[in-house]
Amino acid sequence: MLTCKEFLQELNDYLDDAVDVELRRHIEAHITECPNCFVILDTTQKTIKVYKGMQPQVLPEAVSSRLNKAVERMLAEKKSRTAPE
Amino acid sequence: MPATTETGIFDESALVAKAREGDTAAYNQLMNRYSPKIYRLAKHITQHEEDAEDVLQETFLKAFEHLGDFQGQSKFYTWIVRIAVNESLMKLRKRKSDRTVPLDEPLDTGEDTVVREIAVWDENPEQQYSREELGQILDEAVQSLRPVFRTVFVLRDIEELSTEETSEALGISVPAVKSRLLRARLQLREKLTRFFKRKGDDVFAYL
Repeated sequence: MLTCKEFLQELNDYLDDAVDVELRRHIEAHITECPNCFVILDTTQKTIKVYKGMQPQVLPEAVSSRLNKAVERMLAEKKSRTAPE
Repeated sequence: MPATTETGIFDESALVAKAREGDTAAYNQLMNRYSPKIYRLAKHITQHEEDAEDVLQETFLKAFEHLGDFQGQSKFYTWIVRIAVNESLMKLRKRKSDRTVPLDEPLDTGEDTVVREIAVWDENPEQQYSREELGQILDEAVQSLRPVFRTVFVLRDIEELSTEETSEALGISVPAVKSRLLRARLQLREKLTRFFKRKGDDVFAYL
C-alpha cells in the first residue's frame, strides 16, 4: 500500500503515463481509499488540461512585421558582404 | 507527447533543408509557423513584452546564421526553443541583475510539494470564466512561479515538449525536469484551486 507521500512522488509519472502496470495498480488502489489524494490527482490533471487548452497566441501584426524586417535586413547585409565589389 | 503530426514532421525537415540551401521563402514559412509559439514562450519566461520581442528576433536571426550547425538529429522546433530559452534567460538575468537566476540552482527537497489546499473543482472550471479572464488567471499563476519551475512547466505543459526535449533545451537532467515539473504542477494546482473550486465545498466534506 502506497503512502500519500509516495503517491505524490509518483504522481507526475502517473499523469504522464510513464508508470508500469504494477505501480499503476498501487496508485489506483491508493486513490480509491484516500479521498484527498484522489482530489489532488483530479485537480492536477485539470490544471494540466486547462493549460494545454490555452489558445496559441496570435503574433501581434506589428511584432510580426518587425521580425520580418529584421530578418530581411540581415539577409541584405549578408548579401552585401558576400557580393563582389 | 508533442502534438506534431506526421505531415508536420515531413514539412519541417523539407523546409529546413531548403532554408539551409539559402531558400529564404522556406525559412519564412518556418518562421511563420513557429514565431507565435516562440513569442509566447519568451513572454512566459521573460514576463516582458519588449524582451519577448527581442528574444523572438534574436532567435530567428541566430537560427538562420547557424542553420548549417543544425544537425537534424533533434527537431528544428526543439532546436530553436533551445535558442529562445537561452536568450530569454539572458534577458531575465539582465533585468534582475541583483538577483541571478541560475537554472541549476540547488533545490531543497520536499518543501514545495507540500499540499496545503485540497478542494474539489467544478467539472469544467474554465467555463465559468470568459476566455480573457481565464487567460489572465492562467498567466498570472504561471508568472508567480519561480523561474526554475516556470521554465520547465512552460516547455512541458504549454509548449508540449517531451521530458527529454525539455532536458535538452534547458541543459538539465531528466530527473531535474521531472522534479521541477511536479513542483510547478502542484503549485499551479494550488493557485488555481482558489478560482476553480466548487462553491460551498471544502476538504471536510471528503473526510
